[in-house]
Amino acid sequence: MSEYLVNLKVNNIAVSVKEGTTILDASKKLNFNIPTLCNHPDLSVAGNCRVCVVEVKGARLLAASCATPVSEGMEVFTNSEKVRTARKHVIELLLSEHNADCTKCFKNGHCELQDLASEYRVGDHVFIDLVKSKDKILDISSPSISKDDSKCIRCQRCVRTCEELQSVSALAVVKKGDHQRISTFMNKPLDEVVCTNCGQCINRCPTGSLTERTYLDEVWNAINDPSKHVVVQTAPAVRIGLGEDLGYEPGERVTGKMVAALRHIGFDSVLDTDFTADLTIMEEGTELLTRLKRALVDGEKVALPMMTSCSPGWIKFQEHMFPDLLDNLSTCKSPQQMFGALVKTYYAKKKGIDPKNMVSVSIMPCTAKKFECGRPEMRDSGYQDVDYVLTTRELAMMVKQAGIDFMKLDDEKYDSIMGNSTGAAVIFGATGGVMEAALRTAYEIVTGREVPFTNLKIMPVRGFEGIKEAKVMIKDVKPEWAFLEGAELSVAIAHGLHNANELMKAVRAGTASYHFIEVMGCPGGCLGGGGQPIPTSPEIRQKRATAIYAEDEGLPLRKSHENPEVAQIYKDFLGEPLGHKSHDLLHTHYKERKRY
Amino acid sequence: MSNIETLVKDLVEKHGKSRNSLMPVLQGIVKEERFLSEESMIMVAKELDLSAAEVYGTASFYTFLDTEPRGKNIVRICKTISCHMKGKDEIIEALESSMKIKVGETSHDKKFTLLTANCLGWCHKGPVMLVNDVVFPEITPQKAIEVIQDYAKNSK
Repeated sequence: MSEYLVNLKVNNIAVSVKEGTTILDASKKLNFNIPTLCNHPDLSVAGNCRVCVVEVKGARLLAASCATPVSEGMEVFTNSEKVRTARKHVIELLLSEHNADCTKCFKNGHCELQDLASEYRVGDHVFIDLVKSKDKILDISSPSISKDDSKCIRCQRCVRTCEELQSVSALAVVKKGDHQRISTFMNKPLDEVVCTNCGQCINRCPTGSLTERTYLDEVWNAINDPSKHVVVQTAPAVRIGLGEDLGYEPGERVTGKMVAALRHIGFDSVLDTDFTADLTIMEEGTELLTRLKRALVDGEKVALPMMTSCSPGWIKFQEHMFPDLLDNLSTCKSPQQMFGALVKTYYAKKKGIDPKNMVSVSIMPCTAKKFECGRPEMRDSGYQDVDYVLTTRELAMMVKQAGIDFMKLDDEKYDSIMGNSTGAAVIFGATGGVMEAALRTAYEIVTGREVPFTNLKIMPVRGFEGIKEAKVMIKDVKPEWAFLEGAELSVAIAHGLHNANELMKAVRAGTASYHFIEVMGCPGGCLGGGGQPIPTSPEIRQKRATAIYAEDEGLPLRKSHENPEVAQIYKDFLGEPLGHKSHDLLHTHYKERKRY
Repeated sequence: MSNIETLVKDLVEKHGKSRNSLMPVLQGIVKEERFLSEESMIMVAKELDLSAAEVYGTASFYTFLDTEPRGKNIVRICKTISCHMKGKDEIIEALESSMKIKVGETSHDKKFTLLTANCLGWCHKGPVMLVNDVVFPEITPQKAIEVIQDYAKNSK
């Protein structure tokens, strides 16, 4: 955007903005709210919903403010009688094609179209319902995502998300006119196409057309069954997101209140995925060092760079798009699945609970985790390791259903064992966090010293740049790591599948020479996950990241290998990282899937 | 290589691998095959490095890029307002009874598919019938049947 300033008037108030600014953004600068539906801060301009129309003096037609750049001397009216009437008609037209059965909708109370209908006091049918409900299709084939065409207003935010942010394009606009739909290749069910279950489309859908598959009833039933011991684990990013759905501003850390709420709801054991995040670092860090040793000392052909495997959306993306690079993925299960495998073995044994009577629930910022827990590989405990996955949003619903006044709760602590964690585990929730946690531990294992960054903050791997790179010089190593003396460890981090796609193309072409790559499927990492509170934007994700790093700094332990419960599990149960038992319970394999 | 694979590769060779080639490649397939099969769209997606959904989205936008199997000859009757007022319903009725198929269907011998079309730009000479690429303006029910019979004789 140029530095040249353009002068205009919005509702008779003068304002100067940079050339290229839209009327929408210029008006926002003066605190004039213009409603939008198809527009989204993360996506390209579409200009198709028309609710943002404004009057421009001298123009014959109303202009879509999201798609019209300002010009010198322009006079804009954002809320004239003509504008309000047109907007009301636009909303009424959208509703004439919309299944407005709001009270039964999963998005009831969180729907942008419902909000607008309420604001504009839309009354009885003005327009005839054009598209008959029999033409509308409900797709619940995916364990993660529910797609209901009867609620779709065809704003195409989901299509742009899937293409621009995720480079997947599982969704496309199909047919035209009154036959137009958002659909898949040959209208196949979502579970038969390249969908990675990342749920980014859900985060941006303005209506209830795209939502998570909910398992609230199943979880309540388990809690209400006295014969079941219901265990819950909470992912790192849930504690900094949950507050947004319960009355807090973005960036509020609600860890202690969340733990208290989970106990009130009736979970029998309230545990932390962060424990297995620390464990992941032990396993994955050891795996990386082992791969490096095999490559550098033994001269074996080993798949490098090694890539992280915590993000199930990213894993499915890789299985579809880059099956030739599956050997590069760490064999470590995600922290959720490590937790699931251990809770029905190690935890059950320690606590004297029959795993047959255990129900394992996880609260995740993620919709892909709902798919992951049902993968056939994820039954190493002899049972399905994780039974149900709820999103951060679903947990907020549970808190409300339980009649809990969340803000007034006193902080509580996680149960033990498998409830203790370090700051290294918390930062798994932000892009670059797994890398930072791994470096904090691996560097110390190899050299016996802390990573050479002030207060353990490895700044080059933090932030929202699409692809980040960092190099760490390894010097004065311990004798057993002599082969790494003087080596420069080269790492890269990508977040959002579009960036991952770019990075993978470079790896495949051999133009990238990294040792270790972290990829998170969602923009910003898990804090921007498809199961996090809606709305999302770069500003909101920044606030969540700040909260995550503050949580890390506030913890007494900030390196995974210092977690006493991790030391204990290796002593009592697992033996050593990459040992026989780890191999059985904590590691997995991947399978090629069709891109087409 | 299957026939369709060869066809797609030849078309991509001719038009190039850029996104802009999608339309001419799809048109080229329809010219040979009469429709775009699932297999052919997947081939195109692979060759042009696009998602299959994107190829289907483009194909399904255009009436003349069919995604269902069609007969050797495609008969289209303009259904829009001028041709409607000039009696397109009588033409359709005559063709349906003589060809023994309904609009949207293909004959058993796969020689004909009967479809309607949006405005073909012949409003001044309606009703109009299109057989493959040939326009028959000011058509009558009798003439329409004769034209189809000629095509039936000439296409083995």
